[in-house]
Amino acid sequence: MSILELKNITKKFGSKVALDSIHVTLQPGKIVGLLGTNGSGKTTMIKLINDLLTPDQGTVQINGKKPGIDTKKIVSYLPERSYLDPGMTVKEALRLFSDFYADFDRKKAEGLLQEFSISLDSRIKTLSKGTREKVQLVLVMSRKAKLFVLDEPMAGVDPAARDHILDTILSSYDEEATILISTHLIADVERVLDEVIFLDHGKITRQEDADELRIRTGKSIDQIFREDFRC
Amino acid sequence: MNNPFSNERPIYLQIVDRIKVKIITKEYAAGDKLPSVREMASLMQVNPNTMQRAFSILESEGIVRSHRTSGRYVDLDEAKIAKLRKDLAREQTEAFLASMEQMGFTMEEILEELEKLRKEK
Repeated sequence: MSILELKNITKKFGSKVALDSIHVTLQPGKIVGLLGTNGSGKTTMIKLINDLLTPDQGTVQINGKKPGIDTKKIVSYLPERSYLDPGMTVKEALRLFSDFYADFDRKKAEGLLQEFSISLDSRIKTLSKGTREKVQLVLVMSRKAKLFVLDEPMAGVDPAARDHILDTILSSYDEEATILISTHLIADVERVLDEVIFLDHGKITRQEDADELRIRTGKSIDQIFREDFRC
Repeated sequence: MNNPFSNERPIYLQIVDRIKVKIITKEYAAGDKLPSVREMASLMQVNPNTMQRAFSILESEGIVRSHRTSGRYVDLDEAKIAKLRKDLAREQTEAFLASMEQMGFTMEEILEELEKLRKEK
């Protein structure tokens, strides 16, 4: 069974069509890049998967179920913006995740935080934007979820830290799970992707195996993206 | 930490080439046990699925043999290594020729240049 299925999804905001009759199917055990320019509909799609928006038309199914309480148990979501209370310490954030999610692996999270040299006693508000993003990523990746949905996980970190973040994602990835990563930093991310989805003005223009695309075109995903989206 | 792979070619093929070079240069010898998919993937900083794909190709080419319980081993005799070396020489030379021809050099000119280099060495 597919882990995620979007069937004929349309979402409008007023007269603006954010997603236009899209179909997406994701199989378990893949790392998938959701690639598109700003305003292409990436975050809208992600919010539909996480039950933060409802579609005007079409259905979303996660592991065969509609988004809701049951699917939140198996979907680990990294939102575009931080939802952690800035007054909290990192340790308190760990406790929050332990309380909320039965599948949260606290030991793993502590190990990853140590790797990033982030102290458990620091308050979220005292951390730089990049470090805050790392804390959030560690929390999200330390769940034993079936589907990880990461909305721009590296937007706020410097290029040197991006590789480290990607390696964290890779090393905490279990091969049964699927990771959907939305990003516009394609050159940085493409080495880890099994599949790519191109989203352009609310329409899916490509969904295919990253390596087959490279073989067919002799180009990198980044180059193909730049050509497809050239204005 | 830098990505050592080029993004233009499938990464699993680049891994296959890299492992072949390690075998030719005797870094891996016949009978050596290879790290697991996970270890190798983390060593090369790639997705485990990519690593799995690379291993499948090496297995189908008879370079690596997999045991269901104990892991993967380099499975090569001298004849296979010799063939690998020849294949690699051919591949590299073809790439060199293609780029020279693209710049407009004829085979005669290329050979002449190679001869000169040989004498200088």
